[in-house]
Amino acid sequence: MSSKSKGKSRKPRIGVFKFASCDGCQLSLLDAEDELLGVAGAVEIAYFPEATRSMLKGPYDIGLVEGSITTHHDAQRIQEVRRQCRTLVTIGACATAGGIQALRNWKDVDEFIRVVYATPQFISTLKLSTPVAEHVPVDFELRGCPINKYQLIELISATLAGRKPNVPSYSVCIECKRKGNVCISVARGVPCLGPVTQAGCGALCPSFDRGCYGCYGPMETPNTPSLTSQFRILGQSDAQISRAFRGFNAWSWQFRKASEECERT
Amino acid sequence: MTGRSARTIRVDTLARVEGEGSLYIKLAGERVTDVKLKIYEPPRFFEAFLRGRHFSEAPDITARICGICPIAYQMSAVHAIERALGIRIDPAVRLLRRLFYCGEWIESHTLHVYMLHAPDFLGYQDVIAMAANHRAVVEKALRLKKIGNRIVQLLGGREIHPISAAVGGFYKTPAKQQLRELVDDLEWALEASLETVRWTAGLEFPSFEQDYEFVALRHPDEYPFNEGRLVSNRGLDIDAAEYEDRFVELHVKHSNALHSVVRGRGSYLTGPLARFNLNSDRLPEVARKAALDAGLKPPVKNVFRSIVVRAVELVFACAEALRVIREYEPPAAPRVAGPNRAGVGQAITEAPRGILYHRYALDENGLILTAKIVPPTSQNQKRIEDDLREYAAQLVAWPIEEATWKCEQAVRSYDPCISCATHFLKVEIDRGD
Repeated sequence: MSSKSKGKSRKPRIGVFKFASCDGCQLSLLDAEDELLGVAGAVEIAYFPEATRSMLKGPYDIGLVEGSITTHHDAQRIQEVRRQCRTLVTIGACATAGGIQALRNWKDVDEFIRVVYATPQFISTLKLSTPVAEHVPVDFELRGCPINKYQLIELISATLAGRKPNVPSYSVCIECKRKGNVCISVARGVPCLGPVTQAGCGALCPSFDRGCYGCYGPMETPNTPSLTSQFRILGQSDAQISRAFRGFNAWSWQFRKASEECERT
Repeated sequence: MTGRSARTIRVDTLARVEGEGSLYIKLAGERVTDVKLKIYEPPRFFEAFLRGRHFSEAPDITARICGICPIAYQMSAVHAIERALGIRIDPAVRLLRRLFYCGEWIESHTLHVYMLHAPDFLGYQDVIAMAANHRAVVEKALRLKKIGNRIVQLLGGREIHPISAAVGGFYKTPAKQQLRELVDDLEWALEASLETVRWTAGLEFPSFEQDYEFVALRHPDEYPFNEGRLVSNRGLDIDAAEYEDRFVELHVKHSNALHSVVRGRGSYLTGPLARFNLNSDRLPEVARKAALDAGLKPPVKNVFRSIVVRAVELVFACAEALRVIREYEPPAAPRVAGPNRAGVGQAITEAPRGILYHRYALDENGLILTAKIVPPTSQNQKRIEDDLREYAAQLVAWPIEEATWKCEQAVRSYDPCISCATHFLKVEIDRGD
């Protein structure tokens, strides 16, 4: 949003970049209704096509990257984005783990193209949907499908202050305990990915009487083999367990390993 | 001054739309020789990887097609699957789904009216620049948007990709008192929406009318969300199950989205204008009167006026939300469990941007054999190009920069969601200077 701040001390410049995604994570910034005008006052939003026609050239102090890398063109574009951003942060499961579109990584992508498009030769795509960190160094990865907008505001504030963002890496179980939820897996036998999933959502699914489906991706050091055994005790088939790990963070190495082990047995 | 030469209107990254696309318009003298709305948003293959997933996962997975209208995806998914499984939902669940959709319409329409489209009318690059001179308007918009999001949060846990919609109902339904707590906010929102109608009606509109085929759902006594027959002003009147017989998707080279046309006729328009023109008699009195006072008389054929129609739909959504809250009694159970069985089901629901079609075929274990999804923006894409072919011809004498901005504004009238359509937007006007 255009800057009229010339002459004053320079505001930090933010760029928001999109790759293969649903737009939901960058929308989180516009969904921060109470904070939006404050953020816009503290920084210069130099590049954010979803919100503004004004597109200023880099370099940027903070680059927020949404989406996974799925085309040759995007694989080159992320290199240029990295060069332009002093701090590069990935926002959401697509940019951090490849997203739901990484389900192609186990399939023949040419067949996928034929399923969706009548004239496959018009479509250019890579065989894999990959996270940004597989292409360029990333300074911080914000988890979630979608991200939590308060974590995003904390991340922007922390980066501007030059400190580490306060984003916990423990599991959803901790959030459930804090909320005083009765464990739906223990008490009712509902399969729940909470024990291996990073906190950040506020234990939403268990609070709505359903098992966590892992949209924040693996916590630090998740014990997926133990959870797999527990799922079996609850009567889940290997195909069901594999599907549970193959969600929005399917290509994170921890969930990938867990789903592939189920396919082998 | 422009002479007979060829020129180009070109926007490489269309702003204030959801997703990535560009626009290219080629002018030769007074004539428009080429219009391409290019969608370069990368394909994500949802219909392919839904195969083999259990039907219960479809509302969560398809929500990820679009962060702006996830509820639309969830609603089309659950209704199509319920039809495949022969599930009848509780009337209270039906009411809650209307309330859920009201939340999404309020949030999405407010975003579009104030933050994405109004800056075009007032000559600002974006809402932040607009806020410098219209602070109170923008603050009102943010509060209104937040109220829409509050409804979604209450029913679905969070604004983006809510987690509570399920085949057969919801994972958890709210208590009466929880809904009552929304009433004060919604009463304020209803007033703010009425002000929005008056405010948008005072904007300046280019004179541009087209003879559209409007396509929308029509219900016997309600303004449509999840149910009704698919009708048009040219005699279309079908059930969702007949959709694929009457509409075809064409795959064109310049786009990663598929163009949808009415078989044997061509492009059509879906979204607020179509809904209003075909269903204004189903609006509650407060919304009908607001439309009349704003000078809207169906059929509205100027797509730039869609901003006023969106505001009228805001009035509707607030009034409807208040009605649902008054009538709501919690269902006996949050959801009806679906049996694993084979079947095929289709559904059309009204996303903020227009009709969204889903079809699922399930096997005897409840696993998805095939899925088909036709989002509103791919349905409007051909119509947007047709509009630009006519509209750009009016702008041939304009300076290129202003002509480009006007064409962008025309495109944004459709509130295009490119992330959905890749299933989009830069504007490029070529006059060959």
